Parts: sequence; C-alpha cells; structure tokens
Amino acid sequence: MRSIILQTATRYLLPILLLFSFFLLLRGHYYPGGGFVGGLVASIAFVLHSFANGTEATMKILKRKPLSLIPVGLGISAVSVVLPTFFGLPPMTGLWWEEKVPVIGMIGSALFFDLGVYLVVIGVVLTILFTISLTKD
Amino acid sequence: MIDNHILAPVFIHLFTAIIQLIAWRKTVSQRFLSVGGTFIGLLIAIRLFAKVYTEGSLHMNASNWEAPFGIVFVADLLSSTMVLLTSIAGFAVSIFSSVGLSRQRMLYGYFPIFHFLLMGLNGAFLTGDIFNLYVWFEVVIISSFVLMTLGGRKAQLEGAVKYMAMNILASTFFLTGIGILYGITGSLNMADLAIKIRNFDNKALVGITSIFFILGFGIKSAVFPLYYWLPSSYHTPPSAVAATFGGLLTKLGIYAILRVFSLIFIPDDFTRTLFMVLAVLTVITGAFGALIKTNIRRMFSYLIVCHIGFMLGGIAMFTKLALMGTVFYLIHDIMVKTNMFLIAGFIRMVSGTMDMQKLGGLYKNYPLISLMIALVLFSLVGIPPLSGFWPKIYLFQEAFVDKQYFFIAALIIGSLVTMYVIAKMWADVFWKDVPEGVAIEDKYKDLPLFKKLLLVVPILLLCSVTLYIGFNAENIIIVVDRITNELLDTSPYIRNVLGDKAFEQ
Amino acid sequence: MELLLVLVLGLLYAAGVYLILRRSMVKLLLGIMLLGNGTNILIFLLGSITKGKPPVIDSNHNVFQDIYADPIPQALILTAIVISFALTAFAIVLLKRVYALVDSDDLDDLNTPEEEDI
Repeated sequence: MRSIILQTATRYLLPILLLFSFFLLLRGHYYPGGGFVGGLVASIAFVLHSFANGTEATMKILKRKPLSLIPVGLGISAVSVVLPTFFGLPPMTGLWWEEKVPVIGMIGSALFFDLGVYLVVIGVVLTILFTISLTKD
Repeated sequence: MIDNHILAPVFIHLFTAIIQLIAWRKTVSQRFLSVGGTFIGLLIAIRLFAKVYTEGSLHMNASNWEAPFGIVFVADLLSSTMVLLTSIAGFAVSIFSSVGLSRQRMLYGYFPIFHFLLMGLNGAFLTGDIFNLYVWFEVVIISSFVLMTLGGRKAQLEGAVKYMAMNILASTFFLTGIGILYGITGSLNMADLAIKIRNFDNKALVGITSIFFILGFGIKSAVFPLYYWLPSSYHTPPSAVAATFGGLLTKLGIYAILRVFSLIFIPDDFTRTLFMVLAVLTVITGAFGALIKTNIRRMFSYLIVCHIGFMLGGIAMFTKLALMGTVFYLIHDIMVKTNMFLIAGFIRMVSGTMDMQKLGGLYKNYPLISLMIALVLFSLVGIPPLSGFWPKIYLFQEAFVDKQYFFIAALIIGSLVTMYVIAKMWADVFWKDVPEGVAIEDKYKDLPLFKKLLLVVPILLLCSVTLYIGFNAENIIIVVDRITNELLDTSPYIRNVLGDKAFEQ
Repeated sequence: MELLLVLVLGLLYAAGVYLILRRSMVKLLLGIMLLGNGTNILIFLLGSITKGKPPVIDSNHNVFQDIYADPIPQALILTAIVISFALTAFAIVLLKRVYALVDSDDLDDLNTPEEEDI
C-alpha cells in the first residue's frame, strides 16, 4: 500500500516530529516529557516513514542499524549514573552545571541520563519493528 | 552504614555488557571481555562480602533521597553472600561458555545478554525496595527469555513459550501483590513496609496479599503445582545457559521468599502450613519425576524441583535451626546445581549425547575428570563429609523437634531418590561400557589443550568451592548462623535502612 | 469513578484469566496482556485517586500548596507499562517464530519429542 498523500505528508512530518521529540527530551526535567516519551515520538516518526515508504527506505535514511544506538544510549546513561560516585555521592545523584545555557536551561547529569534513554528507546523500538516487519513467514 | 559503592557488582556487569554490545559480532574479544568482567565482578563481590562480614550491613540511598522516600540498596550478609555465590557461578559459566557454546549463538549476542542476566541477579539481591525488586526480576526474566531462545531450534522455542507464559504470569501476581501492599501502607521500602505491616490491623488483608507473593515467587522458584514449566524448558537451551538458569534463577525465587517472608510478612500458622504442604509435595513430585527420566538434563531439572522443596520446608518451619538448614542448602545448591549442568555439557561434549541409555565408558576414557565429577555428584547426594550433608542434618533435627513427620518422610524419599538416580547415572554414564551399536562422537578429544582446560577448569573451580563448603562447614556455619539471626530478628536491618528514628512511634 | 475502575479491573482480570486458560497461543498472549493492564489499573486505583490536581508545583512556589495526586502509582504504572511493552514485543516475535515452525496455534502441539538436545 503506497499512498501519495501519506508519503508527501510524511516528508514534512518527519522533521517536525523529530524536532518535537527533541523538545520533549529537553523539557523533561521539570515538566511532563523526558527521554522515554521523546524517544517514542522519534521512533514513531520513523515508523510513519516506514508505513509510507516501506521498511527498506527507512533503513536507508537511517544509514546505520538502529541496534547500534542501544549500546551508545546505554553507555551515556550508565556513565551519568555512575559519575556521582567519583564525587563521593550515591549513584544517580544529580550533578548540575553552575551556569544556565541559553535555550536548554540548566544542564545536569539527569539530562544525559535522559539522552541515553532517548537513544535506547529509539534503538529498541525500531529494532523490534524492523525485526517483525522484515521476517518472512 | 552508608557505602556508595555497594552497587559495583551491578555496574561491572552493565559496563561489560555495553562494551560487548559495542564489540557486536566480535566473538573473540567478547569472550575475553566476559571472562575479564566476571573475574573483576568476583573480586568486587569478595570485597563486598568481606566488608559486610567485618563491618555489618551497608546501605545506599540512590540519588541521595532519604530511605523511605527514595530507592534504597541494602547489602546485609544474606545479600552479599548471594552476590558472592552468583559471581563465582557467573565466573565459572563464563569460562565454560567461551568454548562450550557454538559460535552461531555468540553472534546473536549471548555474552551481553548473559551479563545483563548477572546484573539483574545482583541487583535483585541488593535492592531494599519491593518495586525495585520487581524491576530486577523483569531484567532477569527478559534476559533469560533471550538466552533460552538463542539458537532458535524448535524444541527450544517450544520450551520458551511455556517458560515465558508462566514467568510473565508470576510477575503479574507479584506486581498485584505490590500494588495492594502500596495501597494499604503507602510505602515501597521493605524496611518501612515491615514496620507498617506490623502495625496494620487488618491481618486478613495482609494474609491475602501474602498469597500473591507466594504465587509469584512460587512460580519463579518452581514449587509444586506451579513447577511444570521448569522440566519442560530447562533441558532445551545449551548447557552453559541451563547452568545459569538451574543454579541461579530458581534460587532467586527462594531468596525473595526468604527476604519477603522474614521481613514483611512474618509467617503465621496458615502460611507455615501452606509452605509445608507445598514443600512436601514439591519434594515428592520432583523426586518421582527424576526417577523416570533417562536424559541427564531432564533428570537434573526434576532434581532442582525436588531440592527446592527442601529449602521451602526449612522456611515453613521458620525456626532458627530450620532456617540455618535452608540458607546452608541454598549456598550448597547454587554451587552444585550450576556445576551439574556444566558437567552435563561436558558429557555431551565428550560423547555427543545426553541420553543415559546411549552413554557409557566415561570412566575408562577420562578417569581423573570422572573422579572429580564423582565428588560433585556425592556432594549433591549428601555423603557425610561433603556439602549436601550438613544442611540436611539441620532440617532433619528441626523436623523431629517440630513434629513435621510428613516432611521427614519427604526428606528421606527425596534424599534416597537423589542417591538412587545419581547412582544409576554413575553406573550408566561412567562405569558401563559404551552400548553396542552406538557411535560416540568425541568432540573433546580433538580440542587443543587450552580449550580443554577452559572446559574443565570451571567444573574444577566449582567442585573445589563445593569441597570447601563440605570440609570447612564450620566456617560456613558461622556465616549461616549470622544470616539466620538477621532473618529472625530484622530490627538491625530496619535500623540500618531507616536509622534509629524507625522505632520511635 | 472508583466504582467504574473496580468494574473495569474485575472485567480485565476475568477476561485475562479466561483467555489464558484457552489453548490458543494468541489468546494466551492477549490474556497475559489483559492481566498486566488489570494490574496497572489496580495500582492506579489503590494509590487513592485525586482528580484534577497534578503533582506539578507551579513556578511561583517551592512546595505544594494543596492536596495533590500521588505521583508514585503513576511512576510504578509507567515502569510496568515499559516492561510489559518489552515483554509483549518479545512474546510476539517468539510466538510468530513458533507458529512458523510448528504451523499450529494450539498450545497442545508444542510437545515435539526431541531426544537429542544440546
């Protein structure tokens, strides 16, 4: 099923959804949002693309296998969890940058944890969907 | 006492797994990473155990949130002993699987998942928060699903369906129990729950909630009516995987029962009777199952079920000596059961089959290794100076004092059947000549010496730990004695987590 | 509101148990999912529902000014949903593979005797 309407709409929706997912990721610390939701929205953007253009086309624009996002994301999250122990604090304690960064706001280890979760969620969801849709019966 | 490093046994496996994921499909470096990671994990676990043994229980508030509000991780003597045993078993299995597993399975990511499994086990032992325990359980079962299906043969997938359905069901029961607990107390911290449940008036509701936990943990630890998923799935994955499962996963269920039913729900008469009935039936059904199986690993699967009953019976009596028996048996069982499945893998490597009717002549070909295996088998049976004997004394003695004659009968039947099937296995596999018309394919003989060592050393390592447990039982008993005191009098645990203010009402 | 949730909860549990007791693999999976959702609603219900008071502090204050909904049940449910998402995804792939191999949806057909196992 190839619908020209869906394909055209997806072309514009994909960047907007990705931008929105990034927005959700960044506002997550004080407001509803965060890495998990952001990751889901981002993966939904790619899922939409694969509905419109087929799974092969989506894999082509991703260039790399989504599976490779999982170790990267896990690594970022794990490092941000362990980092406070080197300052004599329990794991997962928030470490905060002193100054505010424009647009993003306060930067702390929690943001990196969320970023890791974001990447892992994209990796896991896309891996699952590609696996299911590419298996032949 | 606060120690911010008690989660190190969890993180070491997490980081090993991440690095292995980055080295995806590079099986040689993954093997080195796995052995190295588990070795460092073993060192960390020894350090944690030594620290807890000398300085008493440790705890850590994740994210620096004070105890009843945040997630707390606790290392008391029971948890750190379990972490130590997990690390020993993990180290041995890791070495064994570097040769004992086909490269095909490693390509699909056996090693990272194996480390996620160890991470989940260590996390489950160290957590002091009931919901966090649920999350670690899920980490463990998701990893075990993947390990179970790795390779994708038909029998494996069929076993995995049963395993998956029962384990998800168990988690649902567990979660339901947690939900009700949260509803009646408003807390998830186990130490806090202990105090709040003790002061809660509606004991009937607490009893019903505890049933959900019995169901959940009962399925996980393979207790009678709920055990049948175990014998129908544990013989399907490769031996290295089955060793991790048989040695550690069901014992996680027993650990959870010990923890939850000593801390939160103090067993009353009803729960104790229920546990006792379940224990007796578990021992007997497991024993009968083991009798009729001719495949080595199917037989071991039933022996797991049978011996879970021993431990559950100890919990059912809930006296000092009985619990000492249970904890000692737990320590002995993890080491021996892991080793049993490694031995099964070795036998398969040597003769290409696991059917006892087609096996034979192992003693003639490999006398030294066979003698070592014999020591492990005798430990499992419980020949006096070896490790299986000591906990059974405690269980027998306490069962007489407590007048649990059915349990005594079950203990005798269970022990006799274990002895019988092991003797049968010894005669069939080791003493008997190879039956006529059966061609044995010895893959082991042609391996280079280094690879041969990698297969035998883990069995030797676990065997020597078992022998240590048997011959230096007095040292183990000191540890077990302290663990039992902590289980029976939980106020040091609660004080460790919540501070002195916990008991001021 | 509580009554409605209790009814939904009972319905989900009943339907879940009924489906689990069927012999079809797909129904087994559906039953497990329904049971999981029932449990989530149970946690939500037992966390005593407070309507229209989200546990978010507005920017003029430092602490809560009013009664607020307990955020912990929602955190628990979110965690449980994430976990069941992973489990369900795995289960679907597994059942699909099993169906392709066994060519049957019946759980009773999952008993291929295999003498030689690794």
